[in-house]
Amino acid sequence: MDLFEYQGKQYFARFDIPVSPGDVALTVDEAVVAAEAAGYPVVVKAQVQVGGRGKAGGIKLANNADEVRLHAGNILGMDIKGHVVKRVWVEHASDIKKEYYASYSLDRAAKKHLLMLSAEGGVEIEAVAAKDPNAIVMLHIDPVDGLSLAVARDAAVRAKIDEEAIDGVASMLVKLYDCFTRGDCDLAEINPLILRPDGGVHALDAKVSLDNNAAFRHPEWDEFRATEELDEREKLARSHDLQYIGLDGTVGIIANGAGLAMSTLDVVNQVGGTAANFLDIGGGANADMMAAALEVINFDQNVKSIFINIFGGITRGEDVANGIVAAMGRVDLRAPIVIRLDGTNAEEGRAILVNAGIPESKLSSKPTMLEAARAAVALSNQNGAK
Amino acid sequence: MAIFVNADTKVIVQGLTGGQGKYHGLRNKAYGTQVVAGVTPGKGGTDVEGVPVFDTVAQAVAATGATASFVAVPPKAASAAILEAAAAGIAFIVCITEGIPAQDEAKVFNTLLRNHPKTRLLGPNCPGIISPGKCNIGITAGEIAQLPTAKGPNVGIVSRSGTLTYQALYELKQRGIGVSTCVGIGGDPVPGTNFIDCLKEFQADPETHAIILIGEIGGSAEEEAAEYIKASVTKPMSAYIAGVTAPEGKKMGHAGAITSGGKGTAKGKMDALRAAGVKVGLNPTEAGDLMAEILASMAR
Repeated sequence: MDLFEYQGKQYFARFDIPVSPGDVALTVDEAVVAAEAAGYPVVVKAQVQVGGRGKAGGIKLANNADEVRLHAGNILGMDIKGHVVKRVWVEHASDIKKEYYASYSLDRAAKKHLLMLSAEGGVEIEAVAAKDPNAIVMLHIDPVDGLSLAVARDAAVRAKIDEEAIDGVASMLVKLYDCFTRGDCDLAEINPLILRPDGGVHALDAKVSLDNNAAFRHPEWDEFRATEELDEREKLARSHDLQYIGLDGTVGIIANGAGLAMSTLDVVNQVGGTAANFLDIGGGANADMMAAALEVINFDQNVKSIFINIFGGITRGEDVANGIVAAMGRVDLRAPIVIRLDGTNAEEGRAILVNAGIPESKLSSKPTMLEAARAAVALSNQNGAK
Repeated sequence: MAIFVNADTKVIVQGLTGGQGKYHGLRNKAYGTQVVAGVTPGKGGTDVEGVPVFDTVAQAVAATGATASFVAVPPKAASAAILEAAAAGIAFIVCITEGIPAQDEAKVFNTLLRNHPKTRLLGPNCPGIISPGKCNIGITAGEIAQLPTAKGPNVGIVSRSGTLTYQALYELKQRGIGVSTCVGIGGDPVPGTNFIDCLKEFQADPETHAIILIGEIGGSAEEEAAEYIKASVTKPMSAYIAGVTAPEGKKMGHAGAITSGGKGTAKGKMDALRAAGVKVGLNPTEAGDLMAEILASMAR
């Protein structure tokens, strides 16, 4: 789960990472209240999960209440690369002497934590890496050992962080590592991490991505979840515990297992079709989940045919078939189904579908993935997909 | 021969008294796997359909001489269960648990590396391993795996995705091709066993004559495998990478399957494998066809 900047800063604050004083605002009036509390001058920042906010006019400096009204009014509701701004973060404007970069992530190849630290912050770190790879210190940290202040300090020295900022940055690195590990982040990034003229350092931005698998030990994440930007289809799927991602095509996809679902998208694409979604009903899916999956797909107006691709392992053929029959009794599906059913109890499943007496125009069965994909794409084209 | 597990492998099931552990543990036993004990704290002295249950892995190992463990416990308890098995001297641990936090996985992996270097972990979040006719640990339906033949040729399978592991087994069964061992390494960010570990074993296994690799988008495991294949694998290979059409920046169900900024894309992985001499199919069926062609040309 990716956090908005303001949520990232609130999360940082839990781990004593210094951030600029500020608050989030959903309206112009709230923005003014936040600005008065933070103290002028303030920066009004659009809260969207996409880069390039500044260039799009989503970050503005304000010296008084009138300017806050003007800028917050313009920014709220603004469309930045397809993301509509619903909130602004208003914080006290900082005097900046230097901008650095710091982040922690998991290096999957090395199977260790990775600290990236650079004295050249405030720009895309990819650009720094391309221009001068030596400007970034990469330090692997063994998760069993963790990170000591001494090692953090050494990294700061090697990254050529300014002398006066070394202690502040080192302390920040330890706190950020604590946030990354104890806070169960996939990514914890500060860019820029600033040095102020008074010698202090703090986080001017926050990019945090949380590991959904760790949600069970973080009840405090519930409030972040409430603001996640999902489309209607994705919300419906989540309420049924289905792994769903909306796409732009016309063939609705249901498969069991992420790999098979991705593979199903690939095959549909290879035979000239386009997928309307990725939907993994997971291992051990039962009749209810299959019925729910069909409801989610049916919600999508673009869907012209539905391809159900099941290879039973834990998932059993008769459960899949019963779910389809139940869903067809419950929901008026707008698009015809093509199913490929293999694996555990596939025979039983196919028999259930045949005995249900569903007309061929609404449900057909194919023996292989490729044949089913071709049939689904042909039906989609017949039904008016371009 | 087979890799990692064979007919002599004695297996305990951690979580045998739970829903998943019981269902799959007993299925593995019914397949012919030597499931010798279960472990559930507090339930020592009981049994599950004749399989004795112990309070700790150490007790189960002392009583049965087990060398492998099947970990089927919920995410919160999985890390501790893995480390307990390693501390009790278990050499091969299969963990099917889905949803373990990445921080825990990283810690477990590095703890094993440091304190139990002889212990191999398969998974977490994997379908398990099957050496057809000999040993099945995990959730694979045994009947979809074609038995290997004495004279071969037999194929080894290594896969990062659960259902595609079954699909690969099925493709070979349709063609009557025997399987030496099929290993599902799982799609999580920090797998205990990776492609290279399996390729090394398959290369050394006299019963394995060719290898299928099933990968997916995200990370760089396939690229690293390609480097290894180029340098050290002489047996012929086919492969398939899932996720050619996956949109960038979206997680497709697995924690591991994500493409970002052109890194870890299916195309990059396919190109790397092709450059290493692997025949790459555009779907699982094509990978099966390519393997059949490889075996046919070997026979000539």
